[in-house]
Amino acid sequence: MVKFQVRNLNIWFGTVHSLREVSLDIEENRILSVIGPSNSGKTTFLRMLDRMNDLQANFKMSGSVIFDAVDIMRIDRESLRKRVGMVFALPLPLPLSIFDNVAYGVRMHGLRRKKDIAGIVERSLKQAYLWEEVKDRLRESAFKLSGGQQQRLCIARTLAVEPEVVLFDEPCSGLDPISTAKVEEAMLKLKQDYTIILVTNNVKQAARVGDRTAFFLSGELIEEDNTDKIFTAPADERTDGYIRGKFG
Amino acid sequence: MRKDPLKTQRIAFFLMFLATFLVVVPVGLIVVIIVQKGLPAMSWQFLTDMPRQGMRAGGIFPAIIGTLYLVSGAIIFALPIGLLAAVYLSEYARDNLLTRIIKLAIVNLAGVPSVVYGLFGLALFVVFLKFGASILSGSLTLGIMILPIIITTSREALESVPQSFREVSLSLGASKWQTIRHIVLPNAIPGILTGTILGLGRAAGETAPILFTVAAFYLPQLPSSLFDQAMALPYHLYVLSTQVPNVDPKITYGTALVLLAIVLFMNLIAIVIRYRFRKLKKW
Repeated sequence: MVKFQVRNLNIWFGTVHSLREVSLDIEENRILSVIGPSNSGKTTFLRMLDRMNDLQANFKMSGSVIFDAVDIMRIDRESLRKRVGMVFALPLPLPLSIFDNVAYGVRMHGLRRKKDIAGIVERSLKQAYLWEEVKDRLRESAFKLSGGQQQRLCIARTLAVEPEVVLFDEPCSGLDPISTAKVEEAMLKLKQDYTIILVTNNVKQAARVGDRTAFFLSGELIEEDNTDKIFTAPADERTDGYIRGKFG
Repeated sequence: MRKDPLKTQRIAFFLMFLATFLVVVPVGLIVVIIVQKGLPAMSWQFLTDMPRQGMRAGGIFPAIIGTLYLVSGAIIFALPIGLLAAVYLSEYARDNLLTRIIKLAIVNLAGVPSVVYGLFGLALFVVFLKFGASILSGSLTLGIMILPIIITTSREALESVPQSFREVSLSLGASKWQTIRHIVLPNAIPGILTGTILGLGRAAGETAPILFTVAAFYLPQLPSSLFDQAMALPYHLYVLSTQVPNVDPKITYGTALVLLAIVLFMNLIAIVIRYRFRKLKKW
């Protein structure tokens, strides 16, 4: 089933044309890797899907993004972001305890019963493979965790609100290889229940976890296909050049 | 001739040290002189008694009480309004010419001489709104005077909360107001409190704004309502040192010492709050 239908999407920030005529279908319960050099528009594309671009005052767009048959511009931001979660490039714990970080989303959505909240926190931390490491120190500040643990905490926090889609914006860019492996493991497991879109600067990571891969360059979608196809026989020579590391 | 970089550095360091020293000396001297000359007047009776013999003896209790009333009134009025305005300006208002002019105007208001606020308070509260010379008029005037300080420091505190915290909160589906209420405000509290207390210190120490709006030369009893006049420490000090002949200087300096102690005490609270929150701060 198609989760997102992107059609002729153009995005401007002021006079800068950041995304040009992007059309793309994103399938449910798959991982879509989005690769491309810096300034290729991949993060802008990702932040369109939960309308985080709206925060910028000079944001303008044309075209449409259809999410489960509804145009996202017709869904209010809060409900959309509840269904489309995001994990940022740097681990960004809120200045709260580990427990309160994970509970933040559901509390904001009105959940009050302590037992329910505790259950959600435990389930989410388990999904992010963090539970065993933090179960005895849930009241400690989230800033006491290591970078890799913080990023898994952020994943747990996103999962706690039970989104349908999780957007990852270069989630491993600040992590060591072992932490990266743990985050990737979590992502592969999560795709059974979630649709995942992963923006990454790491081409190998895209190859490891993506079912499909999209290659962006200078605001244009060059091609999007099965990951195997992109990495063995890309249709466009620019894709070939990028994944072989000829430019970046 | 070649310059010796070490020598230039030494000269520069010396000049900077001298400048710092010149800043510290007068502050230290003020404190030393006032404590030295005012301490002999200090007694329980001085703090809790009414002035006697045309203010040449007795205590300064009504002036202390008046100053506390005025400062509390000013803060009750200025803190909520200032905080709401700061939240609006830094979180909600679009960044356009109008809001930039408003922000600039607020910063400039902080530099308006206090006597101008006094005249404004006289015209608006005392005369036009017919509150008369009263605690109400004086508190409102002081409140208006410290509003720019509270707004400016609160805005700085709000804007120093990292943008990424807001993005995280919004990305979890929290509304803008929830984000402000649960993430931005709690992390801005130390800065807001610091600004508020600095404003309080200013309100406690100013003479000109209360001169026309509330301050009484001498009152035989304590004020009993918002519409009464009141004595206040800075004005009392002015009266003692210029209007009353043959005052024992230790009473004048004693009054100055009490005023200084109140203001320093407030600043101390601000420092303690800032320090404690900074220890809690985790980013």
